[in-house]
Amino acid sequence: MSLNSTPLPGTIGAKQPLAKSSSLFGQSMQKLLKNKLAITGLVVVVMMLLACFIGPFFSPYTDNKVNMAMMNKAPNLKHWLGTDALGRDVLTRVLQAGRISLTVGFASMVLSVFIGSLLGAIAGYYRGIVDQVIMRIADLLLTIPGLPLLFIGGSLLSEWKVPTEYRMYIVMFMLGFVNWPGLARMVRGQMLSLREREFMQAAVVLGLRDRRKLFNHLLPNIFPLLIVIATLNIGGSILSESVLSFFGLGVMAPTPTWGNMIDAANNLIDFQERPWLWIPPGFSIFATVIAINIFGDGLRDVLDPKQKR
Amino acid sequence: MKDLIKIDHLSTYFDNGNGKVKAVDDISLRVREGETVCIVGESGCGKSVTAMSIMGLVEEPGGKVVNGQIHFNGKDLLQLSKNELRTIRGNDISMIFQEPMSSLNPVLKIGEQIMEPLIVHQNLSKKEARERAIQLIEQVGISRAGQIVDSYPHELSGGMLQRIMIAIAISGNPKLLIADEPTTALDVTIQAQILDMLRQFKEQSNMSIMLITHDLGVVAEMADYVIVMYAGKIVEEGEVVKLFQSPKHPYTQGLLKSKPVINQRQDELYSIPGQVPNPLELTESCYFHDRCAHCMDICRTKQPKLSEVAEQQKAACWLYEEAVVHV
Repeated sequence: MSLNSTPLPGTIGAKQPLAKSSSLFGQSMQKLLKNKLAITGLVVVVMMLLACFIGPFFSPYTDNKVNMAMMNKAPNLKHWLGTDALGRDVLTRVLQAGRISLTVGFASMVLSVFIGSLLGAIAGYYRGIVDQVIMRIADLLLTIPGLPLLFIGGSLLSEWKVPTEYRMYIVMFMLGFVNWPGLARMVRGQMLSLREREFMQAAVVLGLRDRRKLFNHLLPNIFPLLIVIATLNIGGSILSESVLSFFGLGVMAPTPTWGNMIDAANNLIDFQERPWLWIPPGFSIFATVIAINIFGDGLRDVLDPKQKR
Repeated sequence: MKDLIKIDHLSTYFDNGNGKVKAVDDISLRVREGETVCIVGESGCGKSVTAMSIMGLVEEPGGKVVNGQIHFNGKDLLQLSKNELRTIRGNDISMIFQEPMSSLNPVLKIGEQIMEPLIVHQNLSKKEARERAIQLIEQVGISRAGQIVDSYPHELSGGMLQRIMIAIAISGNPKLLIADEPTTALDVTIQAQILDMLRQFKEQSNMSIMLITHDLGVVAEMADYVIVMYAGKIVEEGEVVKLFQSPKHPYTQGLLKSKPVINQRQDELYSIPGQVPNPLELTESCYFHDRCAHCMDICRTKQPKLSEVAEQQKAACWLYEEAVVHV
């Protein structure tokens, strides 16, 4: 730097090159684009989403159309993945099922992230009695393994004869409800450490309301963590929903989901003779969950490097 | 001049499980309108805790303001409700911290952080607040304000961030600015600029400054009135020129002696012998007695009171208590 270009005393930054301002988040996304495995995962998920939500519009069949003349046909040119015992097109049903499974997975994730981060943030920020109450409830839920809890819920739904159309929504709530405690714990831990940071003292000194401090200052700091957890959470929710539906306790036939379609494998003849009934939904679950988890892992590597294994 | 803030017999204790630490022990001080008061002392002498007590940052469990009053504009800050306190903080009293790097939220843009108190306290709209934020950034001597508002803290240097902190602090035209070692983390050239800026704002708006520092050079440059703290107590206070010319308390004398003198090479800089006493083991005595060259018997058993030793100068030392001298 020559003497001439020295900025006037009291003025700094005058001669610095103009750089486009980028958030840490923006930088992380650029890093993510370089992670091939994670991007492959993302591509698979997006393709799955497109196929499930747009695919059925191009299908000449509807998911519940019974065709007695076309029972249990192996894959052929008209029915690419064959037909089931009621002559319904398996491909169409797999795609329709994907809509339900993905929606349930996503919706229950949104619910659990919402409840979990809200309660966790409040517990970690206020500490004391509020913290005790919230975290003991969370502990209580954590002591009961999730799956049995879901089974009980599912059985109750059957017992109370809840109409099939509503079951999907109730299953979403159940899954979301089972998942929030773990998330709340993690958010609380982050909050406990963040609230002691100097910039939070500075926020107190500015005379800001608790609500502002909590949601404008603290929560943005844990967004990376939340995004990672949320992504991995979707995969888990899809699996749980499949398990429930497989056992006939989740979403019930005739509404197709990947879980209740695999139920076909319970029948020995279907299992041995008609693999086209259960391989497609099984593969869909497998591919989707693996892809989501790979993508989630990649996200974690860029957003939350401290959590690396 | 009117008193802006008057602290009476403030005591803040911390309980760390092993016993009470009297971080601030029965101190009284005042800052008048338009005055700069410097609080000096070694690390751990209670300077920052005094500031934290004023701002209500001492949090239970752990710390507690156990006694005293802090009168600000006639109101006792310690008695105010959370809501009343909030309207004073960031508005009438604002504060700058030592570490500019960690005092700004890393995930929020600079602009958002300057705008927030403007929106909250002055009811500006988002657009007005943004314009005001750009003005403020220019006011603290950063060019390209239009770009700085949209950058994140990690993109700026420490000196720039401290300017931003000052911009936030002065945004509400505070009556009192508490600066807790505002230049300690910065290099010397930036220090001078920051201090100049503070002085300039003080003169423009008749703001009072409570400056906490351990740097006697900063004191000489900024202060109207100096308060010297040691182990949670005020040991000496006085008008700045008087205090520098004729320090009365042996601790102040030691502090001034340990300051390097420009153009004089010394092999070894003077340092006060001994260590700050362990705050858990303090007994009724002058806390400085085991480091003091003039230690007398009474120093070991009784605590001296802060009393006038010269015009506009007070010290807490048995050397100046007439009763003792005459014995």
